[in-house]
Amino acid sequence: MSTLEIKNLHVTVDTEDGAKEILRGVNLTIKSGEVHAIMGPNGSGKSTLAYSIAGHPKYTISDGEVLLDGQNILELSVDQRARAGLFLAMQYPVEVPGVSVANFLRTAKTAIDGEAPKLRTWVKDVNAALERVTLDPTFAQRSVNEGFSGGEKKRHEIAQLELLNPKFAVLDETDSGLDIDALRVVSDGVNRYTAQGDRGVLLITHYTRILRYIEPDFVHVFVAGRLAESGGKELADQLEAEGYDKYVKAASV
Amino acid sequence: MSGTTDAVATRPTAGSDLAQVLELSPVESHLHPEGSFDLADHPVPTGLEEIWRFTPLKRLKDLHTEAALDGDQYTVAVDAAEGVTAVSVPVAESARGVSGYVPNDRISARAWDAAQSVFEITVAKDAVVEEPTYVRLTGTGTEKAAAGQLLVRARAFSHATVVVEYSGSATWAENIEVVLEDGAQLTFVTIQDWADDAVHVVTQHSRVGRDASFKHVAVTLGGDVVRASTSTDYVGTGGGVELFGVYFADAGQHIEHRLFADHTAPKTRSNVLYKGALQGQDAHTVWIGNVLIRKEAEGIETFEQNDNLVLTDGAKADSVPNLEIETGEIEGAGHASTTGRFDDQHLFYLQSRGIPEDEARRLVVHGFFNDIIRKIGVPHLQERLEAAIEAELSAAERAGAL
Repeated sequence: MSTLEIKNLHVTVDTEDGAKEILRGVNLTIKSGEVHAIMGPNGSGKSTLAYSIAGHPKYTISDGEVLLDGQNILELSVDQRARAGLFLAMQYPVEVPGVSVANFLRTAKTAIDGEAPKLRTWVKDVNAALERVTLDPTFAQRSVNEGFSGGEKKRHEIAQLELLNPKFAVLDETDSGLDIDALRVVSDGVNRYTAQGDRGVLLITHYTRILRYIEPDFVHVFVAGRLAESGGKELADQLEAEGYDKYVKAASV
Repeated sequence: MSGTTDAVATRPTAGSDLAQVLELSPVESHLHPEGSFDLADHPVPTGLEEIWRFTPLKRLKDLHTEAALDGDQYTVAVDAAEGVTAVSVPVAESARGVSGYVPNDRISARAWDAAQSVFEITVAKDAVVEEPTYVRLTGTGTEKAAAGQLLVRARAFSHATVVVEYSGSATWAENIEVVLEDGAQLTFVTIQDWADDAVHVVTQHSRVGRDASFKHVAVTLGGDVVRASTSTDYVGTGGGVELFGVYFADAGQHIEHRLFADHTAPKTRSNVLYKGALQGQDAHTVWIGNVLIRKEAEGIETFEQNDNLVLTDGAKADSVPNLEIETGEIEGAGHASTTGRFDDQHLFYLQSRGIPEDEARRLVVHGFFNDIIRKIGVPHLQERLEAAIEAELSAAERAGAL
């Protein structure tokens, strides 16, 4: 049983006009076994939340903490956070020229587990994980994300999720830009991951569409850098019908 | 040295020589300087000349002025494969000049003038030689400058690999000629793994026969100043060259590669790819990629590319591609040059998967070199390059540069 607690998180980014506050006091607790969906309009700071938790150097934490089983992970480096059990599926996965998927996955798995995976089973595991997200095993020999289509990149993220099997996964708009088949493949992967029963998900999305495939336990409306409302999955239906207008208006008052 | 002077007196100039052989039209191009064996035609450079403007003349230990080139602080070891002969021949008896090369800068002209003997490596006609032939030159001091001359001849339809390795300390001015007869396939590798104080200025010219295929791999790791000018031309249709370079410049090091593909025959190909990494204060690399497509060179194909990865502050990469086209009838011609800082996004992505920063950095640098290392196609060399890159990164880490 693990807990990811986001407490009063304030985050700024440097702009030409000085530091600009993007997150303005985010409070959220995720327990293992739970799926939390965060929904909000463009520019509300959803992705900033994801990247701040993962430790992207672009963002400056001005206040608050993020506790993973009581440890403040904001004090850890990016790789230490990952080894502590955190995973970020990125909206725009990065291309790393010349580094093969196979080498990348093996290096990551070795770092996370603290020992190299057993060679004999590992290759099978990788191929199986790729096949489950309908990526041909030949992808293992290609450079990380290089020349991948948008959908292939997202499916590759989910293959990593399954192979690295973190305590908590933050999925940053993993559904954006996916056609319906790819959306199903990605959702199935997330559902396999959560079906273990002791894993937590923070699913960040702009659309309700993915929630037809991944059932959230909690839905949060994210506006102007903080949670505006929280509820069950019925909140997603309401957002589908009414949009974000009333929250945006309330926040701008 | 007297033999050299005689040879100079009877030799026609390069331009007319080449033109006669190939029936080329005259070309007025700054990419194609007229060479000369006469030292008087090569004044001491000031550093303002186009071909010298990137080179730190003060660190050349007077190779470009008057340094005597009679040093003996080096040893040469040869490991010739079967089917390959490697012998040192007095200049007067040597076949030097057979590539059509005529010195086109002062250091090259001085080295030509000073050379007492020519090291001639010959791959026999029709010989298919699997094992590489190695020449290992080890310098034992930089105080006395010396001149070297190498001639590699791949006879018709031969197939071989020749590797020249440089290590130790030396002040070394050198001319290398490579001649590929019709249908020959030659991989020629130079590995400059010098000690930190070495100065090496080398001019290499290759002449590629009909349907011959030349692969040149230049690996530059060590040395205080390394300047390598590498040119190629063609005496028949269908010849192809691949010029690959891998270099790694550390603090204070100057590595300069000057390429020139002179398309003198139709249906010829040139493919240039040089990749380098730089780390540390005042690490400096220069890449000049010149391509000239002559009026006669119809249907040729050329591409040149240089990529630089700048790993730390204080390092500088100059990269200048030049393409001159005198015929519209070509298959393709292009060039690309990139110089990028280490990409933090790469690091972030890898680290977000649990990979520690130093290991992530290694992955990215190895990845940067990966495609060119794969293209080299000499398995032993590929492993060695991987190890060399690893060693460069470890050294920099120890020095705290990264």
